[in-house]
Amino acid sequence: MFNKESQIGLRLFFLAIISIALMVTDHRTKMVNQLRTVISIPLTPLQYLVSSPIQFIDNLKNLMSTHDTLVKENFNLKAEQLLLKAQMQRYLAIESENNQLKALLKSASEVQGKVLVAEIMAVDTEPFVNQIVLDKGENENVFVGQPVLDATGVMGQVIQVMPSTSRVLLVTDPHSGVPVQNTRSGVRAIAIGDSFSGKIRLANVPQTADIRADDIFLTSGLGQRYPAGYPLGRVVSVVKDPGLQFSSILVEPAAQLDRSREVLLIWPAQKVEAKVDTKVK
Amino acid sequence: MKRAPSLIIVPCVLIVAFLLTLLPMPGWTVWLRPAWVLMVLIYWTMNLPYRMNVGFAWFIGILLDVLTGTLLGEHAIALSIVIYLVVRWDSRLRMFLMLQQALCVMLLVFLYQFILFCVQGFIGQLPKSPLYWACSFTSMIVWPWIWMMLENMRRRFRVV
Repeated sequence: MFNKESQIGLRLFFLAIISIALMVTDHRTKMVNQLRTVISIPLTPLQYLVSSPIQFIDNLKNLMSTHDTLVKENFNLKAEQLLLKAQMQRYLAIESENNQLKALLKSASEVQGKVLVAEIMAVDTEPFVNQIVLDKGENENVFVGQPVLDATGVMGQVIQVMPSTSRVLLVTDPHSGVPVQNTRSGVRAIAIGDSFSGKIRLANVPQTADIRADDIFLTSGLGQRYPAGYPLGRVVSVVKDPGLQFSSILVEPAAQLDRSREVLLIWPAQKVEAKVDTKVK
Repeated sequence: MKRAPSLIIVPCVLIVAFLLTLLPMPGWTVWLRPAWVLMVLIYWTMNLPYRMNVGFAWFIGILLDVLTGTLLGEHAIALSIVIYLVVRWDSRLRMFLMLQQALCVMLLVFLYQFILFCVQGFIGQLPKSPLYWACSFTSMIVWPWIWMMLENMRRRFRVV
């Protein structure tokens, strides 16, 4: 009896040491990412098993919505599309003018990269983990570090790619950093997630920087990971404590991190030069 | 003769526990999700103490880490520590009344959450809601039902 118990204790001791070693390597390095991917491949069916019935029910709900509401929705969507198209015409003119001016200045012209719509899988993670799972993976050429957007703003970047799914780190995670720029004053900063408040914090902004509440921050394109010009969020509070070296600025993410269903995976332009030619008008 | 195939029920129940862990829940109720995998492991450890061990719990923990996107080894260490305690106390736990058992499970889930909380604290990603701790209460409430269901299943499939 004593022998068996002490054996279990010894086993626990070794397993605990292995766990701690694994946790430290996982936190500090990328060495165990490969291992993580290998383990998650056989687990992917579980995620589909949970996600597909829920998506099926959602689809069923759509099917059963009455003719009347569909007509109404269709009408609204058409009106919205018309509005967006009208705005788009203006943007197209502005974009071509902008490219022309940039060509005159001999700088690189902005072209749109390839875009793919992915759906967020209906699976939960631990509530304190700021990650989501997408239903597109290696088969669709998703790559680690790829920027992910939704209709209203930047959501995050891909951190792990499986054959048919991928994992996205949201911008509200403390490990996520996004280079941003103020639209009003042009002040640049790095936006780092703050998981405790569910918002984003601007790191190391001097007290004298011109940032006010309600300012909009766009991605600046520095760092070459996120494309330039997508909204990250709106400033909700600026606290300038004279006792501290930097001001503390909280930004509310523009993307609907907990509500969107469809997201956009972006291939930055330089990676798909050949495809861009056919797309540019 | 009958023993080998009937043990299949153990991984089946664990898969169901994994599915329940992944099941999306609306709004703030995500914090109340009972620790399904841990409770199923506690049940099997109490009733099949010579077949379940700390190593198995550790392996399940690694799978849970990959599924939920936490640090690799975080759930593994928490599960193996709790299951170690259950292995040490299995004969005592089985003698308890249902209420006492449920209270013990609450303490065990609390310990499990405390270990996760510590690890999250080390990496600077603490849970942002005090509801985090409510999970041990919901686990306690669900425990009698899990116990009865699994007990029935164990009798039917004659797992010993």
